[in-house]
Amino acid sequence: MSTLSSKVQEVFDEPACGKNQAKSEKERKKGCTKQLLPGAAAGGCAFDGAKIALQPITDVAHLVHGPIACEGNSWDNRGAKSSGSSLYRTGFTTDINELDVVYGGEKHLFKSVKEILDKYDPAAVFVYQTCVTALIGDDIEAVCKAATQKFGKPVIPVDAPGFVGNKNLGNKLAGEALLDYVIGTEEPETTTPYDINIIGEYNLAGELWQVKPLLDEMGVRVLACISGDAKYKEVAYSHRAKAAMMVCSKAMINIARKMEERYEIPFFEGSFYGITDMSDSLRNIARLLVEKGAPAELLERTEVIIRREEAAFWELMEPYKDSLKGVKVLLITGGVKSWSVVSALQEVGMEIVGTSVKKSTLEDKQRIKELMGEDAHMVDDMTPREMYKMLKDAQADIMLSGGRSQFIALKAKMPWLDINQERHHGYAGYDGMVALVREIDKSLSNPVWEQVRKAAPWDIPETPACEEATVAEALVEQEAA
Amino acid sequence: MAIVTHLKKSCAVNPLKMSQPIGAALAFMGLNNCMPTLHGSQGCTAFGLVLFVRHFKEAVPMQTTAMNEATTIMGGYDNVEQAILNIHKRAQPAIIGIASTGLTETKGDDVDGYLALIRKKHPELDEVALVYVSTPDYVGAFQDGWAKAVAKIVKELAEPGPRIAGQVNVLAGSHLTPGDLEEVRELVEAFGLTPIILPDLSGSLDGHIPDNFSPTTLGGTTLADLRASGRSEFTLAIGEHMREAAQTLQDTCGVPFDVLESLTGLDANDRLMSLLAEKSGRPAPNKYRRQRSQLMDAMLDAHFYFGGKKIAIGAEPDLLLAVGKLFVGIGAELTAVVTTTQSPVLEHLPAQEVLIGDLEDLEQRAQGCDLLVTHSHGRQMAERLNLPFLRMGIPMFDRLGAAHQVTVGYRGTRNLIFEVANMFMAASHEPGPDDWRQPASEESGCGSCTSAAAH
Repeated sequence: MSTLSSKVQEVFDEPACGKNQAKSEKERKKGCTKQLLPGAAAGGCAFDGAKIALQPITDVAHLVHGPIACEGNSWDNRGAKSSGSSLYRTGFTTDINELDVVYGGEKHLFKSVKEILDKYDPAAVFVYQTCVTALIGDDIEAVCKAATQKFGKPVIPVDAPGFVGNKNLGNKLAGEALLDYVIGTEEPETTTPYDINIIGEYNLAGELWQVKPLLDEMGVRVLACISGDAKYKEVAYSHRAKAAMMVCSKAMINIARKMEERYEIPFFEGSFYGITDMSDSLRNIARLLVEKGAPAELLERTEVIIRREEAAFWELMEPYKDSLKGVKVLLITGGVKSWSVVSALQEVGMEIVGTSVKKSTLEDKQRIKELMGEDAHMVDDMTPREMYKMLKDAQADIMLSGGRSQFIALKAKMPWLDINQERHHGYAGYDGMVALVREIDKSLSNPVWEQVRKAAPWDIPETPACEEATVAEALVEQEAA
Repeated sequence: MAIVTHLKKSCAVNPLKMSQPIGAALAFMGLNNCMPTLHGSQGCTAFGLVLFVRHFKEAVPMQTTAMNEATTIMGGYDNVEQAILNIHKRAQPAIIGIASTGLTETKGDDVDGYLALIRKKHPELDEVALVYVSTPDYVGAFQDGWAKAVAKIVKELAEPGPRIAGQVNVLAGSHLTPGDLEEVRELVEAFGLTPIILPDLSGSLDGHIPDNFSPTTLGGTTLADLRASGRSEFTLAIGEHMREAAQTLQDTCGVPFDVLESLTGLDANDRLMSLLAEKSGRPAPNKYRRQRSQLMDAMLDAHFYFGGKKIAIGAEPDLLLAVGKLFVGIGAELTAVVTTTQSPVLEHLPAQEVLIGDLEDLEQRAQGCDLLVTHSHGRQMAERLNLPFLRMGIPMFDRLGAAHQVTVGYRGTRNLIFEVANMFMAASHEPGPDDWRQPASEESGCGSCTSAAAH
């Protein structure tokens, strides 16, 4: 437990974190997990965060050491896509029982690892610690070490039991596991001056593939994506990249910073959402690679691609410009996504009437202010009731959020679009932006809204419900009024 | 009839089972103006919440005591107290239903004791019903958590008193959908009886659009009805796992009960009709006589397609029994059967063997079957084995209408039979010139069934 708590402290101390930079030493020590309010908390635990961050590694068996809840209630529920193995979508758990709780579950865990290696021959096994097994003192690190020695396959402990904190902390502890046990353990067959890592991109709905063709065209090779559509060995040799892009800043900043320290891989923080951000990201990738010794003509090649893609995008936007101008959007999402999506939507003429900044850093908030003006409507923690009211009162035309608040919008009979991890459409890159605009337009222009907002025949004043002719007339009158 | 086996393997692969606490939470969701709350880390609630949102496609009220490492070790009294006060302040529910988790059970929190203290300390909570149920994650499964919660709800809230004429308790098992419960209500009312359905997901998670936003459940069994359930004339428990709750009601309030193992199939519904006729003193309404006749006709039409079909099924015990018996009753065979937890019904299942296991076990046994029946997590194996796939149970996240899948009553049974028969028809194989007598070759097995499965 002591190693875990020092890890947690270390992660809280992250010097590259924007929020941390603004804090005093004492505040920093206290850590960044806000004390959760019992009875008024929402969101996943550290284990959830660790699983989100690592599960996209496709050829690994992800084994959850704990009672059935942790895996049984949640497996195969995330939208990370794979171009190869589908092993990552298989649910593995020790499903511990009462006897394990009493006598300890280490042997049970060891045997489980063996069974998985025998039956599924994965590139590696990742073992996730959970609350119950942490509480009874199962030493997963020792079990993993013994299993690695005995079976000759990497068995990696991911020590992020749910009760140490929230999802974000779990993301970072997952990053620590990669840094401690995976990164730097293998060597690539060849390296090129154009090798990059993309850190914090999970290939949800296949978004990596919206970006990758352009990188290919630039001649840039993604040595490793951590962790979307990754293979174990790619992560293991990712320390040979020349530069890195960090996509979701809050999630895996520790990986980017420590790889810079240990392996001199410079990184920048960027986003694939929105035209400006996408173009900037491509430019920054080219710039960092050239700074590290790639031929300078990469810069010009990149500019040509950007010019072409931007022009193509705006041409595709023509038909939407009129229909989406002035559309009021309520944006409820976490962290870095807020400002990158804000700028993206504004580019096509939409108006952001409010955005959540619950998970955003000070810097994120500053950027939102720059984008939305000083009177930006930023909400720290909007209750479902407030969201409902805002939609019901038509202060917004559409809500963009994660799946959990979907039904708040739909029950208010207002359009809604999923922009979180369970979404089915990819919104990254130029193509993704077109897809996002198309989805918003499809949602707003759907004739369903008019129908469901109509009053029921029996709610129309002084109309006998059974006489259809009068009902129709009343409806016409009501609409005219 | 079936032998119940428990495989000796260490690692569960592709779980069929879900945990007790969220089973309890769903039971609490069938109570009106209630806030289901898990006493555990916030992730316990988050996973359950996402699961139910994806299944019902509804906003789901569910809270957490947000335990962390330190509070777990120090004991969760403060967190339980704070959670109750915060929920009371923010959502003002009539009932707060609390279920423990693996975390707090491992520590050994005495929540019943906590609640007694909280009651003393906070008279402002006098009007709020607090129900606590112990549901460690590392014991039993979803259905068990549901059963324990319902038993605890009636134990705490049902009040004895003079009988209310015509009032009937319907204790609904976790395998019944909101659509099923609507059907049951109609059935009972048709005999002039007044049902109290408990828990009543048909009021809360049937996918209606309320006029205003509510942070708690909206619809479901009311607190008044829960109290009055002690004064009903009798109790109908649907599903063996509702027996404990029915027994509790009899012990505490003297309400006699009958357990119906299922409401799917001709026999099961005939029993229900006789029972309702006997209790109400009224004959079965013509509507149901007609529906019975339609069901028999459906069975006759469908038996051509069910005969000899091999079924692979993974479900919680009571759902397994309801559906499995129906399929066997029209000529199919339960070839591969996996369930989640021990239950007395398993031995009565018309199958050779029932395995308490996971979807990996089912997949290994489902080779060469004609139909897969399980919840949405069967999707990967259905694709790998190229099997027609009927989704049943929770979760059902990759199809719409989970709440309105009706498989009870003569009518619901009829529709299920048609649905499955149509799947068999769609997967059937057109005969070709080489299907019958093959030149003496390497494979001489059952030609017609392997080709049906392969195409």
